[in-house]
Amino acid sequence: MNIIRIFKTVFLIDFLTGLLIAIKESFKPKKTLNYPFEKGKISPRYRGEHALRRYPNGEERCIACKLCEAVCPAQAITIESTEREDGSRKTTRYDIDMLKCIYCGLCEESCPVDAIVQGPNFEFATHTREELYYNKEKLLENGDRWENVLAANIKADNPYR
Amino acid sequence: MEYINLLFSEIYKILYVLIPVLVSVAMIVWLDRRIWAFVQKRRGPNVVGPFGLFQTLADALKYIFKEIIIPASSNKIIFILAPIVTMTLALIAWAVIPFSEDYVLADINVGILYIFAISSLGVYGIIMGGWASNSKYPFLGSIRSAAQMVSYEVSIGVIIINVLLCVGSLNLSDIVLAQEKIWFVIPLFPMFVIFFISSLAETNRPPFDLPEAEAELVAGYQTEYSGMMYAMFWLGEYANILLMCALGSILFLGGWLAPMDTPLFEMVPPPAWLILKILFLFVLFALIKAIVPRYRYDQLMRLGWKVFLPFSLIWVVLTSGYLLYFDLLPVY
Repeated sequence: MNIIRIFKTVFLIDFLTGLLIAIKESFKPKKTLNYPFEKGKISPRYRGEHALRRYPNGEERCIACKLCEAVCPAQAITIESTEREDGSRKTTRYDIDMLKCIYCGLCEESCPVDAIVQGPNFEFATHTREELYYNKEKLLENGDRWENVLAANIKADNPYR
Repeated sequence: MEYINLLFSEIYKILYVLIPVLVSVAMIVWLDRRIWAFVQKRRGPNVVGPFGLFQTLADALKYIFKEIIIPASSNKIIFILAPIVTMTLALIAWAVIPFSEDYVLADINVGILYIFAISSLGVYGIIMGGWASNSKYPFLGSIRSAAQMVSYEVSIGVIIINVLLCVGSLNLSDIVLAQEKIWFVIPLFPMFVIFFISSLAETNRPPFDLPEAEAELVAGYQTEYSGMMYAMFWLGEYANILLMCALGSILFLGGWLAPMDTPLFEMVPPPAWLILKILFLFVLFALIKAIVPRYRYDQLMRLGWKVFLPFSLIWVVLTSGYLLYFDLLPVY
């Protein structure tokens, strides 16, 4: 042990330096967000809660091609379809088990008509499991609620697709 | 009738000390978490109440409503007794702490010995908890804790002898009054530093928090505890920390005395000075928790037995030699 090290140990020099740094750092601006009141920025590509979109005239976009059902790696999507009076194919059932879903975004990518999308909402925790078995009504309602944001996000992400 | 009156007045006096202590324990937990967060540039608890001040009360409420799980293979009586012992011992030591010249619950002549005895008993709560859990981690944690607290109590005892040599009395009020001319922190500064570090070890605070080292022992002796019993361990631990801070400020920082005899300082009530000094020491405790890594066990033992103990023993010889040579020994 050399003399400088003995001196440092006896007079707790390193420790006192650390203390000073700690005091200095504690007055600096905080790095964390005040979460429920203050939220971080989210990318337009963010893969949050699912939503089914509509055309501006109110018609559902989904054409029941079942690509999303086929591509879903967790097999969380269940679709049943029927032919309407006007000859178009529409879903009668569109369920997503949000507990199975791994939020990979493949459904959104596979959709030819931009019907199923993943929105920016990530705060959909519930008290029971049953509430997370989303059906068509719930997804369409999500789509109606988030339509402005969803359209803007798809537009913002368009050049990179 | 007289007995009943006496009983009620005593209970009143006890509550007069206990309730402020319990409330300040709750506040101090908040302060601890807050300072810890500030050093790491986080915000800490800031939602419940103004600045998050009621966070601890909310936590306590949560603990009260949680289920108490008693392991099937535990020794049930000792398992239940352990947190009660820890908390009781942490609280009864406050009986002799003088908040001002006349605001003290029991002004006994062996006050410092009483505190020393109580804080030595404190290790029993931890050993009982660790042993009765009948599980590996609590057992290892309690063994570590027992060895650690016993080793550092020795050096704390020797440090207290230094102070007692300068005072000539075991009464805590006398110890404070003896510092009217000069606080003992100035002539006995190295002893103050060692006392402070030893009290970190004594209360199982970082860097000496080996008994509950979460990386290796889950939570040490508290692993099997839940609900209110865990909260009692927790309360006892923080009451102990507060007690060590109070002891430090009484032995070295002049207790309830003002730093100077100026009229401005005399306007502040004496208990406020004690509280300020306790807070100062506690802020240091909290800052240290944020900045230091944990000691290895052999380093801990080396520091206690091979550094602090010889050093404070030599200092006892120096102090007594100085006092004898200059004929300064206090006469009572």
